[in-house]
Amino acid sequence: MKELICIICPRGCHLTVDDELNVSGNTCPRGAVYAKQELTHPTRTLTSTVRVVSELEAMLPVKSNKPLPKEKIFEAMEVINKTCVKAPIKIGDVVIKNIFGLDVDIVATKNILR
Amino acid sequence: MIKKRLVIIGGGSAGMAAAIKAYELGERDILIIEKNNYLGGILNQCIHNGFGLHEFKEELTGPEFMSRFSKKVDELGIEYRLNSNVLNISDDKVVTYTNSKEGVVEVKADAIILSAGCYERNAGAIQIPGDRPSGVYTAGQAQLFVNCYGYLVGKRVFILGSGDIGLIMARRMTLEGAKVLGVAELMPYSAGLNRNIVQCLKDFDIPLYLSHTVKKIEGKSHLEKVTIAKVDEKMNFIEGTEMSFDVDTLLLSVGLLPNVDLFNKLPIRISRTRGAVVNQAMESDIRGIFACGNVLHVHDLVDYVVEEAREAAEGAVQYLNGELKHEGHVYEVSPGNGIGYVVPQLVYIDDVKEKLSFKFRVRKPFKDVTIYIKEGEKVIKKLFKPAIIPSEMEIVKLDKSLFSKEANEISVYVEEKK
Repeated sequence: MKELICIICPRGCHLTVDDELNVSGNTCPRGAVYAKQELTHPTRTLTSTVRVVSELEAMLPVKSNKPLPKEKIFEAMEVINKTCVKAPIKIGDVVIKNIFGLDVDIVATKNILR
Repeated sequence: MIKKRLVIIGGGSAGMAAAIKAYELGERDILIIEKNNYLGGILNQCIHNGFGLHEFKEELTGPEFMSRFSKKVDELGIEYRLNSNVLNISDDKVVTYTNSKEGVVEVKADAIILSAGCYERNAGAIQIPGDRPSGVYTAGQAQLFVNCYGYLVGKRVFILGSGDIGLIMARRMTLEGAKVLGVAELMPYSAGLNRNIVQCLKDFDIPLYLSHTVKKIEGKSHLEKVTIAKVDEKMNFIEGTEMSFDVDTLLLSVGLLPNVDLFNKLPIRISRTRGAVVNQAMESDIRGIFACGNVLHVHDLVDYVVEEAREAAEGAVQYLNGELKHEGHVYEVSPGNGIGYVVPQLVYIDDVKEKLSFKFRVRKPFKDVTIYIKEGEKVIKKLFKPAIIPSEMEIVKLDKSLFSKEANEISVYVEEKK
């Protein structure tokens, strides 16, 4: 038996998972998916910033467009911190493609016009 | 003097959502006044995700969430002024603002929505004993520096207060290479959301010291050392529980206060939320002056801010169309056992269209509780909750038909299962 707090939404359900990975305490199906994933191979969506050459802003906020394996988060930060992009930038523009070959892109989360 | 039907002060999520809703309800003569050079308010620096699960059914970052609203404001052609600071609201609804292009401008408004957000309690507000070195920041300040300007304010960090911004910053500073040595929380429970305790502290093995606070800070010119100690139920330090941390940065996440300065000169009562006393239309004591979002009471989710802003916009449009009568039966709403506050504090039930929502927070965490809403002595709504905590605001929506108008008091209270 393992107890977890669901981090999928701000509700924060208290989940209980037994040895056969049966989940209880979740109030939506995403909780069950999260609990199984968390106990087998935990992942996190990463949000950060990269430097941007722009008249308006110093930093461009970015995120991983899919959750990354938890153990890759700090390595991903190293790549992100070496990245610099040029305005104009639109939300969703790919800043780093297919990071570590994991089929995850780091994408812009803000429009910077110039 | 310029005339406007509806002036909205503050172009963050509350102000934009209110403007869009008012537009959708047919109002065209709207002006948003925003102090920053962009619309979106605090979400601009909240680059983490978790916004919009209610509103858009997907998980967005702060800038993504705000851009959906600012795009809509632009598409609808709603007028706004950036870089403009509101200096005064008079009781006859003249809004005075200033900016570097127009100088000082007076706008006569028929209705006003104040959506000016909140500010952080700072070091002065909590009177930390010890030296006064540099290196002490509010969590939001540090967030602005790292996320918008690209400066990390320190390398070895301690955080006082477990509010959500503090937790988010614990993770953010860690990801950027700082060492966060711990988070101290005065209360025996966290002030932040559970999910943030998990994904911001536990993920990075950052200890959370409950019932602890800072006893002393030391440093000649820059912060060098923070000493925390445990407190008893009366909030007195317990001798011998001191722990010291060699740090260069102390972040404070010790609460947010509604930014109601513009209301201070007006005959508007302030409630225990530190925001204005409002009725069911989010209208203050002055007819036609409304408030919503964090300026009314501090919310934990922007989705709820947006919902409340729409209620204020509906109220303002009702008022502008002469549909807010303030007549007939009126209720006073009060927090009962276990409840910190309830919004709204007044209800003109005949002005309610269909549904009425009560928003409230509990004073302390409860398990297996029943929430009761009573009209006079009669229970009109009963809700069971397996767990309820102060950091999560509760919303209960009630049908107008539930109210019998036989009493003048509504109270909200909780009872724990024995």
